[in-house]
Amino acid sequence: MWGSNAREAHPIFFHHILKGIHNGAKMYTIDPRRTSSAQWSDVWLGLDVGSDIALANAVGREILEAGLENRSFITNATTGFNEYANFVDRYTLDFAEKATGVPRTTIQELAHTYAKADRAQLCWTLGITEHHNATDNVLALINLALLTGHVGRWGSGLVPLRGQNNVQGGGDMGAIPNKLPGFQDVENNEHRAKFEKEWGVKIPSKKGLHLTLMFEAMENKELRTLYIIGENPAQSEADVKRANKLLEGLDHLVVQDIFLTKTAELAHVVLPAAAAWAECEGTVTSSERRVQRVRKALSPPGDARDDIAIISDLARRLGQDWKTLSAQEVWDELRSLSPLHAGMTYARLETLGGIQWPCKDENDPGSPLLHDRLWKRPVDGRPAPFHVTAFVPPVDKLTKEYPLRLTTGRRLDSYNTGVQSSGYRSPIRNQETIDLSPEDGMRYHITEGERVRILSRRGSIEAPVRYDVNLRPGLAFMTLHSPDEVDVNQLTIEAWDPKSGTSEFKATAIRIEKIPLASR
Amino acid sequence: MDLHWIDASPSEEEREAVDAVLGAPSEHDTPGASLEEHVIRGGHALAQEQRHLLLPALHGVQGAIGWVSKGALNYICRRLTVPPAEAYGVASFYALLSTEARPPRVAHICDDIACKLKGADEICRTMSDRFGPPGSANGESTWYRSPCLGQCERAPAVLFQLAGENDWEMAPSSPDAIEKALVGKQDRLALPSSTPQTRTPRSNGLHLLRRVGIADPESLDDYRSHRGFRGLRRALELGPTGIIREVKDSRIRGRGGAAFPMGIKWEAVAQAPVRPHYLVCNADESEPGTFKDRVLMEEDPFAVIEAMAIAGFATGCETGYLYIRGEYPHATARLTQAIEQARNRGFLGDNVMGEGFRFDINLRRGAGAYICGEETALFNSIEGYRGEPRNKPPFPTQEGLFRKPTVVNNVETLINVIDIVLEGGTAFATIGTDDSTGPKLFCLSGAVERPGLYEVPFGTTLKELIELAGGVIGRKKLKTVLLGGAAGSFVSPDEINIPLTFDGTRSIGASLGSGVIMVFDEEANLLDTVLRIAAFFRDESCGQCVPCRVGTVRQEEALQRLARHPHMESAETEKALIEEVALVMRDASICGLGQTAANVVQSALERNLFSHNGNGAGKSNL
Repeated sequence: MWGSNAREAHPIFFHHILKGIHNGAKMYTIDPRRTSSAQWSDVWLGLDVGSDIALANAVGREILEAGLENRSFITNATTGFNEYANFVDRYTLDFAEKATGVPRTTIQELAHTYAKADRAQLCWTLGITEHHNATDNVLALINLALLTGHVGRWGSGLVPLRGQNNVQGGGDMGAIPNKLPGFQDVENNEHRAKFEKEWGVKIPSKKGLHLTLMFEAMENKELRTLYIIGENPAQSEADVKRANKLLEGLDHLVVQDIFLTKTAELAHVVLPAAAAWAECEGTVTSSERRVQRVRKALSPPGDARDDIAIISDLARRLGQDWKTLSAQEVWDELRSLSPLHAGMTYARLETLGGIQWPCKDENDPGSPLLHDRLWKRPVDGRPAPFHVTAFVPPVDKLTKEYPLRLTTGRRLDSYNTGVQSSGYRSPIRNQETIDLSPEDGMRYHITEGERVRILSRRGSIEAPVRYDVNLRPGLAFMTLHSPDEVDVNQLTIEAWDPKSGTSEFKATAIRIEKIPLASR
Repeated sequence: MDLHWIDASPSEEEREAVDAVLGAPSEHDTPGASLEEHVIRGGHALAQEQRHLLLPALHGVQGAIGWVSKGALNYICRRLTVPPAEAYGVASFYALLSTEARPPRVAHICDDIACKLKGADEICRTMSDRFGPPGSANGESTWYRSPCLGQCERAPAVLFQLAGENDWEMAPSSPDAIEKALVGKQDRLALPSSTPQTRTPRSNGLHLLRRVGIADPESLDDYRSHRGFRGLRRALELGPTGIIREVKDSRIRGRGGAAFPMGIKWEAVAQAPVRPHYLVCNADESEPGTFKDRVLMEEDPFAVIEAMAIAGFATGCETGYLYIRGEYPHATARLTQAIEQARNRGFLGDNVMGEGFRFDINLRRGAGAYICGEETALFNSIEGYRGEPRNKPPFPTQEGLFRKPTVVNNVETLINVIDIVLEGGTAFATIGTDDSTGPKLFCLSGAVERPGLYEVPFGTTLKELIELAGGVIGRKKLKTVLLGGAAGSFVSPDEINIPLTFDGTRSIGASLGSGVIMVFDEEANLLDTVLRIAAFFRDESCGQCVPCRVGTVRQEEALQRLARHPHMESAETEKALIEEVALVMRDASICGLGQTAANVVQSALERNLFSHNGNGAGKSNL
C-alpha cells in the first residue's frame, strides 16, 4: 500500500485486503502517517512527504544489486531497461535513507520481499498522485512492477484505487480532455472520423483543457463560461481562495449537481440532477474495469432530472435535435463505437454480474488481466517502457518560517468536501482539527483542543489541535471534509503536475501560531 | 487495527504485573512516543505472533492483584493488539481467573468425588457458617467450591489463590487449617507422600517411580546420579529414526485415555514436511480422581524434561510446550526451577548436551478448565484463545499447535520413553501384556486403606491392585469401583477380576481412562457421587457445541428429578430421557467431553447402583 489509507478511504476494497491478511498475506504500508491501514500492515515505512521516488528508485536499485530482477520478463516485455538501471544506480540506500527517513535495512527488506514474492501487488492512491510530480511517482512504481514481473499475472499487478465507484466509468465514457469514449484519442483522425460519422457533427481536432488548465484559462480570461457537472471546485481546489475568485469572475456559470454545493451557490443557473445511484438506469465501471449495471429504484425528488434528459434538452436548446434516449440506447451506441465495450450487452452484464473490459464481442468473457499480453512470447503489442524518474522534493519548501509539513487526507465516515456525507451524523466523526504529533504540541506549547492559527505561504486559517500519536514530529494532518468549518485548501499549493494536472495537496509548508488570549 | 478499547485505565500495580510478563513496553506502546525511526512493525501478523502471551499476561494480573479489572484487561489488549471482547472471552473462560472484583485471598475447596468421600461437604458447611456462602467477601478472603484438585489420595484438598503471594495447595485440609491460611496465619504445609510403594519396605522393580523418594527433585546433580539424562544421551546416539524405531518396537500406547500408539504419532510428526514442528506435553491433568502426572512432576521433574527433550529430538521439534493445570502450583514450582537448572547446565537450549541439537521448554499454566486437557482445546489455550476443542481432522500430527505438525503426549506416556531408549523397545514390550506393554500408574483413592499412586505392570487385576492398597477401608464390603474417572465407568464387585489392560477393561464395557481407581464401600451414597459428576460435566462443558452444552444440563436435571422423587411414576421416562440424551451427546459432540459425559451415569444405571436391591443402601434409593 503506497500512499493509500484504504482502510478509511476505500473501506470495501480494504475488506478484501483483510481477507488476504487473514490468509497470511504480508502487507507493507508506505505512508508518512501511521494510518489505520498502516496499523494492519506487517511493516510501516514512514517516509517523508514527497520522497516516494527516492524510495522507489532505491528499491529498484536494491533489487538489481541483489540480482532479484526478472531478467526474462525484462528482456521479452520491456524497453528502456538499461537507461533505468543506469539512472537508479545513484539512488543508493544511504541516499534514500537521507531523502526518505526510512532506515536502509527496511528499504532493503521491502525490496527483497517484493522481488521474491510469488505474487505481489502495488496499490496506491492520492498519496502518490496528489503531488506536483504525480505522473513520475506512478511511473516509478510501474518500474518496480516491470523489474520484477509483478504485472499481468494472476494475483500480481498495479492497483491504482479509484476514489469513487465510477471514476473509471467517467474515463470509459470519454470525460477526459484528450479522449473520446473507450479511450480513443481525440487527436487521432481515424478515431475522430468514426465518431463524427455516427454523430453527424465535427469534433474539435485538438484536445481540451483539464481542470487545472481551465483555471489557468480563467485567470487569463480565455475561459469565460463554465458548465460543471457533479464537481465542487469552490471547495476542492488547492489554493481555494484563488479558485473562488476565478469562479466568481466568470461571465456565466452553470452547475448540474444533486446537491446545492458551494460551487452551485456561485452559479447563474443550477440544474438539479438525479442521483446516478438509485435514481437512474445505467452502468458503472469499478477500479478493476468491471462494468456493472445500476438500476433505478427511486424517482428523484422535486425538479431533479436524469442527467441524460438534462443534456438532451440542453442539446435541443442548442439546436441539435437529440431524441430523448434511454440509458440502454446510449449504452448501445457506445458499444458500437468503443471496441473495449463492444461485447457488453445489458443482458450479458446482467447474466455475468458484470464484465471486465476489453470485451470485444458478445462471445468474449471479458479480461480479468489487462496486461497478460506482456507474458505472451513474443509480446502481444508494444513492450512496456521503463521510465527514468528523478526525485524532486515538494515545491513548498520547509523553512524556518514554515517548518511543519502539512498533508491532507480523508477519514472513514466522510467523503471529500463533505457534500455527500456531512448531512449524515456519524458517531466517529469529531470536530475538524489540525492533527499534530504530541512532541510538536509540546514544542509549540499547544495543548490538545486549543485553537491555533495555521499559516502557509498562501493563506491562514484557524482550527483546534488534536494530538495524534501516529504522526511523526514535524508532520501535521488535516482533512478536506468540512471546508465550511476549516477550509484547509486556503493553505494548499496549486503547484501541479504538468502531465496529469493534479495539484500538490499532499505537501504544504505551514507554521502554527498561538492565538493571543485577548482575541479568542 | 480497528480495535475498540475499553474506557478504563490500569492501576500502577496492574501495569507492573502485565509488564512483568510482557516486558517493559517499547517506545511505541507509550502514547506520545516518538515515531522518529520512520518504521514500525506490527499489524495482524505480529498480533497473531503475540497472541499466545494473553493467558500468561492474564495470569500475571490475577496472581498479583487477585482479579482482572477492565483497566488491566484493556492494558493487556493494547500491549498485545487483542480485541478486548476476545480477551474478556478468554479471561472469563477459566475458573481461576476472575473478571469481577473479589477478595485477594481465596480458598478453592474441592468437593469432587474423592474429597466428598472424605468429608468435603462437611468442610463446606463449616466454611459457610464461618465465612458466609461461597464467594461472599469476608474481609480479605472468600472461598469457593471447586472441582477435583488432583489431590485425591490425600483428600480433602484445598487450593489457596493468594494475590501477591504464591498459590499453594493443602491436603489433607480441615476447616480450622483453611481459616488460618485464609487470614494469613498459616504458611504452606508440607504435603504427605503420595506413593505408598516408596515407603519402607520399598517395592522392587519400579520404573516410573524409580527415583521417587530417593532422588532430590530439586537437584539436577542428584537426578544425574540416579541415571538422569542417560536416556537423552542414548537418544542422541540413536538418532531420530533410531528412537522412533525403538518406540514402535515397544508398542507403547498413550496413557492419557485415548491409548493411541505413540510410535505412529511420533513418526507422523517426524515425517511431516511442514515446519516448524511442536511438542506439547499435556500436563493438564484434570480428570477427577487423577493425580499420577502431578506426582511425577513434583517428585521427578527432571525426568519430564529429559523425556521431552528426547521426544523433541525424535520428532524434529525445537520448542516444547509443557501445559500444566493451574491447580498444581507445587508441581509448577518444581518444574520451573528444574527447567531453569537444565537450561543453565546445557540440557536445554541451543546446544543440548553439546550435540548441536536445539530444544527448549515453554512452561504454560492452565487456569482452571477441565476441557483444556483435550489436546486441541489445549492448543487453543496455549495460543491465547478460549480453550474450545477443534474439529478433527485435521489431527494434531498435521495441524496442531499454531496449525503446525504437533506431537502431543501426556506426562506419564512421555516418561516411559526414557526406559524405552535406554533398555530398548523390545525389552520394554516384555513388561505387561501383549496389547498393553509397559508399566502403568494407577491413582487409587476413596475407600482404600492406603490411597496413593501405584505402579504395576499392565495386566495386574483390579482386585490385586485394591489389595495392594490395603483393601477396602475398615474391611468394609466393596460396593463399586469408579474406573477411569468422571469420563470412565463403574465396575461391580463381581467384575474386579478383570486384568487392567486396554483390551481387558473394554471386555466389560469400561476403559482405563487415565488410570483412576476410586473405591466405594457399601456405605457410599452413589447417587450423590453421580449427581456430582453430572454437575461437573455441566459446569465444565465449554459450551461450544449444542449436544454437550444442552445435553449435560438435561442429564443433570433428569438425575436431580430422580433423586428428589425416587419412587415417582415417571422414573422410567426420566431414564429413557437420560438414554436418549446420552446417545445424542455420544454421536454428535465435537470432543471427548460430551462423548463420555454420560458414561458414568449409564454405567451406574446399568449396574443398578442407586437401587435398594444393590448392595448397601443409600438414603435416596430408586
